[in-house]
Amino acid sequence: MKPSSGAGVVLIFLLLAFNVQVLAEVSPDRQAALRHLLKQDCGSCHGMTLKGGLGPALTKNEIMHKPKQLLLTTILDGRRGTPMPPFRGLLTEEEVNWLVELLYQGDI
Amino acid sequence: MPNRNRLLRCVKPLIMISCLGLTACATLRGTGDMGVVIERATGSVQIVETSSRSRLGQVTGLGDLSHASIVYSRDERYAYVFGRDGGLSQIDILQGKLVKRVIQSGNSIGGAISQDGRLLAVSNYTPGGIKVFDTQSLELLVDIPATYGNEGKRSKVVGLVDAPGQKFVFSLYDAGEIWVADLTEPAKPQIQKFIKVGNQPYDGLITEDGRFYIAGLFGEDGLAMLDMWNLDKGVKRILNGYGRGEQKLPVYKMPHLEGWAMAGDYAFLPSVGHHEVLVVDRHTWQQKKSIKVHGQPVFVMARPDGRQVWINFAYPLNDTVQVVDTKTMQIIKTLKPGKAVLHMEFTPRGEEVWVSSRDDDRVLVYDTRTFEQRSSLEMKNPSGIFFTSRAHRIGL
Repeated sequence: MKPSSGAGVVLIFLLLAFNVQVLAEVSPDRQAALRHLLKQDCGSCHGMTLKGGLGPALTKNEIMHKPKQLLLTTILDGRRGTPMPPFRGLLTEEEVNWLVELLYQGDI
Repeated sequence: MPNRNRLLRCVKPLIMISCLGLTACATLRGTGDMGVVIERATGSVQIVETSSRSRLGQVTGLGDLSHASIVYSRDERYAYVFGRDGGLSQIDILQGKLVKRVIQSGNSIGGAISQDGRLLAVSNYTPGGIKVFDTQSLELLVDIPATYGNEGKRSKVVGLVDAPGQKFVFSLYDAGEIWVADLTEPAKPQIQKFIKVGNQPYDGLITEDGRFYIAGLFGEDGLAMLDMWNLDKGVKRILNGYGRGEQKLPVYKMPHLEGWAMAGDYAFLPSVGHHEVLVVDRHTWQQKKSIKVHGQPVFVMARPDGRQVWINFAYPLNDTVQVVDTKTMQIIKTLKPGKAVLHMEFTPRGEEVWVSSRDDDRVLVYDTRTFEQRSSLEMKNPSGIFFTSRAHRIGL
């Protein structure tokens, strides 16, 4: 399945949205839930300490040289040919933004 | 810690039995009704017993236990814990304490114990391969790198099981290969490689008679099967193209094949990307039917008598457990044990099942006949549940 033009539009939207204050848009309750998701559920493939497993490591050192939009689209739409599933529909784009920032800050 | 003390009180007489005689032996116990539950987030385990459904003690300091698994020594006294961080820990469940611990790799996924109980094999992601250890000393005996292709690349290893004849069988996720290693002479492993078995084998299992090794494939709809009695015949593809014509759904947690569900003439397997359990004829290895279930199945486990199959599911539908009657092939019960149900384990003869609810911090015990809840035990983020009866089962 090729990425649709709709996904491209979404990507542009995300890139625009990313420049605004995204961190403030996720409520404290959701932040706690997202941290939990990252550690426990993402952790089932990426390791609970995010040092990697079946999926690659997501520690700050591993991802700091990767473009943020790559991480954003990977989380939202998954990655073809790998077990990485899409989280669109389960997480909002703001929430994914927040998660990516968290990973970049290594604040996990 | 009162639980720990209770355990120690039980154990002391055992240790001192030779000098004290039998006066204090009211609390002397065996381990056949014992087990270990992983507390994945705190690097600890709970030692439990199933006769009165209680916790006996906690052992801490075991590292990153996400995706941790356990095998037992053949005397059912020692539990070997394989941690995600490459830690291999030996726990004395009678004394409730850590005996030895080594860090054997950077990133590990599971392990197996040999037929004779002398060897432990650990499968590793980084660096990819298996390492074999002495069960007594935890000394490294041999390192088998999972090297494939012409460039010396190493593959992540999954689906490691023991097989009769001092063998270990495992799959190479990145390479799409299945290897059979004969460790009769641990220093000189004899390895037979089966290449091009399929795309992305994600886990494997061996039937309880040790005859068929089956690897699930993530990259395609099918499974790769090796007949251990006829290795010269090579790997055969089974259930090729299952779920054809249906849209493939996202998989938020890899299914596990360890809980081999055999019931009468049929085997029950998790589908990947379809919310179905596949029913396979054990003689022809053809698909008999598929059973629509609540979500992406993770564990599909048969009660020891084979009359029921219990299924748990991947995120985000992981608050549910379903039970299939293997006679009618119908779902007969849907339970909601709690948030993030990660694992289930039957008591040795299957009258009860223990179910871990990670996000509710508890393990629930159900009567498998009436589905009534018998008990609820508090634990911190429980995941895998492992009873000592595994010690005497091939492939576990």
